[in-house]
Amino acid sequence: MVEPILSVSNITRDFGTFRAVDGVSLDISGGSITGLIGPNGAGKTTLFNVLTGMLPPSSGSISFRGKDVTCMSPDRLFELGLGRTFQIPRPFSRMSVLENVMLAPLAQIGERLSGPFLRSREMRNQEQAIHARAMEVLKFVTLDALADQAAGQISGGQKKLLELARVLMADPQLILLDEPAAGVNPSLTRVLIEKIEELNDAGKTFLIIEHDMDFVMKHCDPVIALAEGKVVFQGTAQEAQVNPILLDAYLGAQADV
Amino acid sequence: MIGLLSYLVFFATVAAILSIAVLGLNLQWGNTGLFNGGVVAFFGAGGYGTLILGGTPQADHLGGFALPYLIALSGGMAIAGLLAWGVGILTLRLRHDYLAIATFGVAVAFENLMRNAEGLAGGAKGLRGFERPLRQALGDGFTYNLLFLIFVLGLLIATYIFLERLIRSPYGRLLRAIREDETAAMSLGKNPARIRLAAFIAGSVIMGLAGGLYATFYAFISPQDVLPILTFQIWAMLIVGGAGNNKGAVMGTFLIWGAWTASGWGLSRFAPLEVQLYTGSLQFILIGVVIVGMLLWRPQGLFEEKLVVSQSGRAKHLKQQGVRE
Ligand SMILES: Nc1ncnc2c1ncn2[C@@H]1O[C@H](COP(=O)(O)OP(=O)(O)OP(=O)(O)O)[C@@H](O)[C@H]1O
Ligand SMILES: [Mg+2]
Repeated sequence: MVEPILSVSNITRDFGTFRAVDGVSLDISGGSITGLIGPNGAGKTTLFNVLTGMLPPSSGSISFRGKDVTCMSPDRLFELGLGRTFQIPRPFSRMSVLENVMLAPLAQIGERLSGPFLRSREMRNQEQAIHARAMEVLKFVTLDALADQAAGQISGGQKKLLELARVLMADPQLILLDEPAAGVNPSLTRVLIEKIEELNDAGKTFLIIEHDMDFVMKHCDPVIALAEGKVVFQGTAQEAQVNPILLDAYLGAQADV
Repeated sequence: MIGLLSYLVFFATVAAILSIAVLGLNLQWGNTGLFNGGVVAFFGAGGYGTLILGGTPQADHLGGFALPYLIALSGGMAIAGLLAWGVGILTLRLRHDYLAIATFGVAVAFENLMRNAEGLAGGAKGLRGFERPLRQALGDGFTYNLLFLIFVLGLLIATYIFLERLIRSPYGRLLRAIREDETAAMSLGKNPARIRLAAFIAGSVIMGLAGGLYATFYAFISPQDVLPILTFQIWAMLIVGGAGNNKGAVMGTFLIWGAWTASGWGLSRFAPLEVQLYTGSLQFILIGVVIVGMLLWRPQGLFEEKLVVSQSGRAKHLKQQGVRE
């Protein structure tokens, strides 16, 4: 088996007395598109928050690309190549769509105080390259025409695409997507899936939370199911489709068709 | 005629000095979203610092190190920066309203310290023993004041250019991202704590410069110069001018300082005697009304923040279409 890019062992996260994530262990193998499913409140987003350093786990450990990253801060994890999007988009509202995307690249000369004053030529050259790439990425997610709009003003679905554009801009190895297709119209969802597969072919690993079972069954492999904070299923998409627990709890309606 | 002219020079000097402080606040609040409710502490640190470092030795309080003026002024700025560093480490974890309360407390503590610690900076009597630079060569007259105004305007322009260059660079983008959504910025590899602290210190150093110039202008500073009202005035200037817009910050300063001065003059000249007794209080009410009114009817200020957009590969500013938090 391929070396896992992300390895989670026995992660628990409590909110007061409530256990949102309960002893989750899983391995994400490099180059996969792993689907994470489960009913509302199962703890999927909470698990994402723990994996990306936004919330410290109550117990357990995480290793990313062979390195122990338990309790590492989100910005350091991003530098290591772990990117994520948010279920509820978090655009920088009073900044243009373009600026939202241009912010993301790492190691920008102009992000140090010395940049604009002592290294302005280098900074400008880098800015030009970042600008060109940002327009490319915006085109990729079909937002190029909105580059100059304030990000707070674009539609909900467009904000989801902007989330994706931002994270792609910095080129992380592992990308966690929290319901990328929710609220995005079907034709755009198709575009989104194409993009994800294209990037996957280029070597990127994805972990995707998604409620759209059609999406998960067609495009994700393996599939992991979470319920009440616990992993209740882990296997291939085909296995998921015939798994009695999932059929009951989750896929019932679709299985009947 | 010369009376009016010399008054105009006086007015412009104070307004230009305050503009520098407002620009410092704009870096903190307008660009980075840091609610500094204690502007006057950093302004005061710069003022006291400059006079202590540059003044003649004093028996009854600290200082009088008699350093050359520009070194004293830079030292005052450094002291303001050090204060900001200390305050920042302790309070920058706090969000908007809590940060405002904490910094307001710092400013009140600063004023109290200056008022009561006589051995430190002369207490309520204020800090003496400072002579304006080049006074012997230039005297005290109109020429001196005119040259000092030019000096202050030069520093205002330098500060303005520095900040414009900063906020139009990726550094400005970073500050705005922290202002808009720290969590999202963090998820994109940015370190909000470090950036907030840097912006807080840089803004406070600029306020310290303003305080240093202010104290130089009067060759004197006392606890009366670091009362909370100055913080409110500086905030009113930024809000009226337009947070996030440096041009607005300067325009707002001249406008509000003009209105403040005119209202004081008007009240003392035309109001009945019994009203005149309350001139100060009436001005306080006026500044409160201006802040509240502006926030209600034109929260973006007279000069709106511009959105950075792209046109033919070059980042350029365009009118923003009314996006608020
Ligand atoms: N910050 C928090 N404080 C307290 N409880 C929380 C917090 N965040 C999440 N929870 C609780 O943890 C549980 C799991 O929430 P989570 O957002 O992870 O669910 P989810 O699987 O992503 O659901 P959905 O599919 O609806 O997005 C929920 O019961 C939620 O109320
Ligand atoms: Mg969720």
